[in-house]
Amino acid sequence: MAHSPWKRFYYNVITMDYGPWTKANNMALTNETIQQKLTEKFGEAVFHFEESYGMLSFEAAKENNLKVMQFLFDEPSLNFRFLTDLCAVHYPDDAGRELAVVYHLHNLQDNVRIRFRVHASVAQPDVFTASKLFAAANWMERETFDFYGVNFVGHPNLKRILNVDEMDYFPMRKEYPLEDQTRVDKDDEMFGRG
Amino acid sequence: MTEQHHIKLPEGSIEKQTTTLNVGPTHPATHGVFQNIMELDGERIVSAESTVGYIHRAFEKIAERRPLYQITPLTDRLNYCSSPINNMGWHITCEKLLGVQTPKRVDYLRIIIMELARISDHLICNSIVGVDTGAYTGFLYVMQYRELIYEIYEEVCGSRLTTNIGRIGGFERNFTNTAFAKLEKFLNEYPKVLKEFENLFTRNRIFMERTIGGGAISAERALSYGFTGPNLRAAGVDYDVRVHSPYSSYQDFAFIIPVGKTGDNYDRFLVRNEEMWQSLSIIEQAYKKVQEFKGREANVYHADTPEYYLPEKKDVYTKMEALIWHFKIVMGEVDMPKGEVYQSVEGGNGELGFYLISDGGRAPFRLHFRRPCFIYYQAYPELVTGSMLSDAIVTMSSLNLIAGEMDG
Repeated sequence: MAHSPWKRFYYNVITMDYGPWTKANNMALTNETIQQKLTEKFGEAVFHFEESYGMLSFEAAKENNLKVMQFLFDEPSLNFRFLTDLCAVHYPDDAGRELAVVYHLHNLQDNVRIRFRVHASVAQPDVFTASKLFAAANWMERETFDFYGVNFVGHPNLKRILNVDEMDYFPMRKEYPLEDQTRVDKDDEMFGRG
Repeated sequence: MTEQHHIKLPEGSIEKQTTTLNVGPTHPATHGVFQNIMELDGERIVSAESTVGYIHRAFEKIAERRPLYQITPLTDRLNYCSSPINNMGWHITCEKLLGVQTPKRVDYLRIIIMELARISDHLICNSIVGVDTGAYTGFLYVMQYRELIYEIYEEVCGSRLTTNIGRIGGFERNFTNTAFAKLEKFLNEYPKVLKEFENLFTRNRIFMERTIGGGAISAERALSYGFTGPNLRAAGVDYDVRVHSPYSSYQDFAFIIPVGKTGDNYDRFLVRNEEMWQSLSIIEQAYKKVQEFKGREANVYHADTPEYYLPEKKDVYTKMEALIWHFKIVMGEVDMPKGEVYQSVEGGNGELGFYLISDGGRAPFRLHFRRPCFIYYQAYPELVTGSMLSDAIVTMSSLNLIAGEMDG
C-alpha cells in the first residue's frame, strides 16, 4: 500500500527518496568552521559566539547586520540562503541595547542553522532591512516593527501589519504587561467587567 | 438630492481604467478572515494587496505570562486543521529545553497522531481546492474520514478540533483498544477513499485546466519568500523538517518526499496527495513498531519525569507523590532552566518553529512562533498578478492559508 497506485499517471511529479538519511546527516559544515570563517572576515566585529542546544549563535553591531548576512549568503562554503525566522526580543534591563533583532538562518545544502542577533537601543531602534536579501523578511520585519517598534531602515513598506494602524505604542515591549483581570476602571458590561 | 453633495469620489476614480475589488475580510471564497484588495482589468488581476491581522490574538504576549502547560491550548489555535502537530511541536520544544528524553513508544504514538493530523490537514486543503474549482463531491466525501481521524483524537485526548493533546514527556493517557481499533479501521478504509478522491481530480480535465499553471512560483523565489512544506516542495525543493532535522524519532521511518516541478496549484495538489500516501505508510510503520513493544514497555505512554509531566487526575486523587507534583506544576513552583531553544516541526503547511527564550522563570521570557502561513502569504500578490480572479481564489486555497496561523 505504501505507494500510490496511480503514480505512473503523475506526469510532472518526481519523487525523491531520502530513506537512509544520507543528506540529513551530512554535517560537513561544523559550527567551528562557521565561527572561524566569520572571525577571519570580520575579526572583532562579530562576537558573543555561543552554542546552545547545538545551534551556533553570535552577535554583531547593528550597523553590520547586512554585511554579515550578505557574507553568509554569498560565501559559497557558508551558503546561508534561507531566512527561517526573524523576530525581536525586548530586554528592558540591558541599558543601551534593549531591543534585540534575532535572525535564524538556514543553510539547506549542509543542513546547518545559525542564530544571528543585533542589539539596538530603545531610543534609537534603527536596523537595516534584510528585505533586499530575503523577500520573506518583508512581512517579518513589519511584524517586528509592529510589536517592538524596530525601525527597519530601507524597508519598502514599513507599517503595522497585525495590529490596527491607529495604535500608538509597541505592545510586545515589556513595559506593557498583560491586562490585569481584576481591574475595575473599565465599565464594560459586555465583557463582564465594571 | 442636496444631502448627497458631500459624497466625494476619490481623485481620478472616474477616469480610472481598472476596478478595485475587495475580496474579504469575510468572504466565503477566502476560507478565513483576511482581505485582498485587488485591482482588476476586466477579470485579470493587475495588482493585489493583502491585509492580515483580523484575528490576531496576541499569543506571543499571552505566552509571556503563562506556564508551559497553559501555552499548549494557544498552539491549538494556530493551524487548527492540524492542531496535534502544533501541540506536539510545543511539547517537543519544551522537552528540548528541559532535557526530557521521551521513550520510543511515545515517539511512535506521537508520529501516528501527527501523521493523522497531516492527513486531515492536506485532506481539507485538497478538497477545498476541489470546491473552488467547482467540484463539491470530493469535499463532502472525504469529510467522513476526517471525522474518523477526529474520533481517534477524541479517543486519545477527549477533544476534536482544538485538541490540547499530550503532555510534556508523552500523553495524558495510554491509547485505548478502541483508539487502535479506530486507527485500524482508518488504515483499512482510507486508501480506497484516497484513491477514489484522486480518481475524481488528478486526471480530471476540468480540474487540470483550472489548476495547471495557476499560482506558479519558481524554486528560487519560493526559497527567498521563505516557503516551507508542501508549497516549497511543489516548487521542486526537497526540504522536509522530518528528514532534515528529525524529531520524535522520524529517523526510524522510511518514506519519500514528493516534490513537484512548477510550483503551481496542480503540483501543490499532487504533492499533498502523495504526502497523504506517505503519511499512511508512516502510520502503518509506526503502528507496527508500537505493537512490537513487549512487557512493561508495551504500556509506556510518557517519560519518567515527574517534575514536568502533569500526572493523571485519578492518581492526583489517590497518590501522595502525584498530588505533590500536580500541585507544584499547577501552582508554578517548577521553574524552567535558562536557555534559548529553536525547535521546528513539519506542520501541515510548512516549518512550524518555536523560538523559546527562558530566563529561568515559570513562563517564557519570549516565545516566538514561526508561522509558515504568515511567511508565505506575502508571496500571494506576486503569485496572482496577471491571473484571473477565479484562479486567484484557487491559488489562495491551494496555498492552504489558515487565518489562525497567519495572525498568531
